[in-house]
Amino acid sequence: MTAPAIAVRGLRKSFGGLKVVEGLDLTVAEGEICGFLGANGSGKTTTIRMLCGLLKPDGGEGHCLGCDIIAEPHAIRRQVGYMTQRFSLYEDLTVFENLDFVARVYEMPNRRAAVKAILERMELSNRRDQLAGQLSGGWKQRLALAACVLHQPKLLLLDEPTAGVDAKARREFWDLIHDMAVDGLTTLVSTHYMDEAERCKRIVYLARGRIVVQGGAAAVVANAGLAAFEGVGDDVDRVAVALRHTPGVEAAAVFGRALRVASLDREALRRAIGTRGGGLVWEEVEPRLDDVFIHMLTVQEKGG
Amino acid sequence: MSAFSFARLMALLRKESIQILRDSMTLRIIILVPIIQLFLFGYAINADPKHLPAGLLSIEDSKYTRTIAAALNASGYYNLRVLRSEAEAEAGLARGELTFVIQMPPDFDRAVDRGESPGVLVDADATDPAAIGNAVAALAQVVADLNRDLPPIRRLQPQTPPFQFVVHARYNPEQLTVLNVVPGLICIVLMFSTLFVTTMAITKERERGTMENLLAMPVRPIEVMIAKIAPYVVIGYIQVILILVTASIVFGLPIRGSIPLLLAALGVFIACNLALGVTFSTVSANQMQAIQLAQFTLMPSFLLSGFMFPFRGMPLWAQWFGNVFPTTHAMRIVRGMLLKGAGWSEIAADVWPMALFAVVVIAFATLLYRETLD
Repeated sequence: MTAPAIAVRGLRKSFGGLKVVEGLDLTVAEGEICGFLGANGSGKTTTIRMLCGLLKPDGGEGHCLGCDIIAEPHAIRRQVGYMTQRFSLYEDLTVFENLDFVARVYEMPNRRAAVKAILERMELSNRRDQLAGQLSGGWKQRLALAACVLHQPKLLLLDEPTAGVDAKARREFWDLIHDMAVDGLTTLVSTHYMDEAERCKRIVYLARGRIVVQGGAAAVVANAGLAAFEGVGDDVDRVAVALRHTPGVEAAAVFGRALRVASLDREALRRAIGTRGGGLVWEEVEPRLDDVFIHMLTVQEKGG
Repeated sequence: MSAFSFARLMALLRKESIQILRDSMTLRIIILVPIIQLFLFGYAINADPKHLPAGLLSIEDSKYTRTIAAALNASGYYNLRVLRSEAEAEAGLARGELTFVIQMPPDFDRAVDRGESPGVLVDADATDPAAIGNAVAALAQVVADLNRDLPPIRRLQPQTPPFQFVVHARYNPEQLTVLNVVPGLICIVLMFSTLFVTTMAITKERERGTMENLLAMPVRPIEVMIAKIAPYVVIGYIQVILILVTASIVFGLPIRGSIPLLLAALGVFIACNLALGVTFSTVSANQMQAIQLAQFTLMPSFLLSGFMFPFRGMPLWAQWFGNVFPTTHAMRIVRGMLLKGAGWSEIAADVWPMALFAVVVIAFATLLYRETLD
């Protein structure tokens, strides 16, 4: 087994007294696609920024691609592709000019060929001379991804790369990430989308700057020990309101004509459905990843 | 919806007030800067410069010369020192170390006593006509002072003064204000156009969110700084050439010094302003703050550089302060080179302070440029 791409222990960071990351241990194996999940403000962006040297950790230690994260941030930057949450390429440069700039900054020897190859791979060739600012959201993300893989990094750090992008563009974006994983690229990607989390080999769930749970999607669901029921009927909205405030129900969410409820306590959930779930046709279903995360968010809010 | 709602107006006013109060940097600038400027300029500016450096050339020890020297010093406008040679006088005038050179003719005492009313040559640096106006006017009183010292028999002839001052307005014989203002304007215009373009240098990256990406890439602070400055040096030179050509064609401004040397010296001046702009841009959260900081340097550059008011008119501490600003030195260089035909030896004393300023400021900006988002 080769050394992990990321291996950090006890990472800490606070901003003006607010502890954003508190003792985070994270290991990501080479070639792995690791999904980084958690509520807003749970420390995902801060962790990613510390890993690529944009923020100096208050404490902790570890290695990223074999380089010490405290002592060698410059060495790490050369080998990492970092895609920011907000589009951060130059909107007043064209697609080609942006990529050419990146290639020059990284002093790539075969610059022209590399830019041409990435334009083709990302299907950006037709938009080569378009100003980056005029691209739609999906194409901007694609350009940003092209820019951060151009210098052939060994590790990709993607911070909510698909926020605000339509479903098709998201799927294509993930196809690209999987293609690159085949070539041995390690990826740490933060997201709020459950379908994206399910496409990761491993997911890491963050809450209050700490890892709460990690593992494969199926294992995370199984280990949560959650029970879920689905009721179908016309009156789902009213029943949802009633159930949400019933003891034993941790989450109740409406999907069209269906209402999903979940809880750790299967019997309590059954009782709740029995008393307040009238009018719907109920059956027990397999819990899904989003049930698990909603559950964890609820636990967190209650101060667990 | 009504055409005007007081409640809506109040809501907007409230929101604006909160935003203004929350921008503590801007608030500090708004409150402190006017007070500082009022005190600074109130005490510093003086349109009636006194104690102007003057050199006295006298080949013999003369009673009347001593009286005239004493009277000149007593007038408050002259700060006399004795010169040894004409070469020293010329160099002093060319460097701007002397504003006046007073040359006593030989056999002065005897000529006065004989009632010949001899002429005393006053070489005046007329590059800034306003600066010497009152000092020249004070000469008449000096003549009257000597009259008092004369033996009674000479005093009785008011028609013929005991001697005459012959004022020779050097460099600008017609004492045209335009010859003083236009070289100054060259510096001011150049400062404006170069200082302000770079205030947005770093703040633009920050405001557009491109800073994070730039930081994540393997670029070093000094590379960023130089890249932000260099293109504008070229633009600055285009402006210099346009201004010089216009000034000489339209205002008939002479260019008596070497043009390559002038361009080289102005290059240093441009670099100073660009470096300052980049520094303001580095320490500011947004372009608005950077511009406010830049404005803080504009007023001293206008008022303490010798552009609007005579530099010699300021108290010593204000002259020291004025000498910090590159505009003060650039102004002397441009006036000296255009009007006096000054060369390297005359302008060197004004070039190195600018060069030092640029180096210190760039070093400062590079240190303040954060390579992380902390």
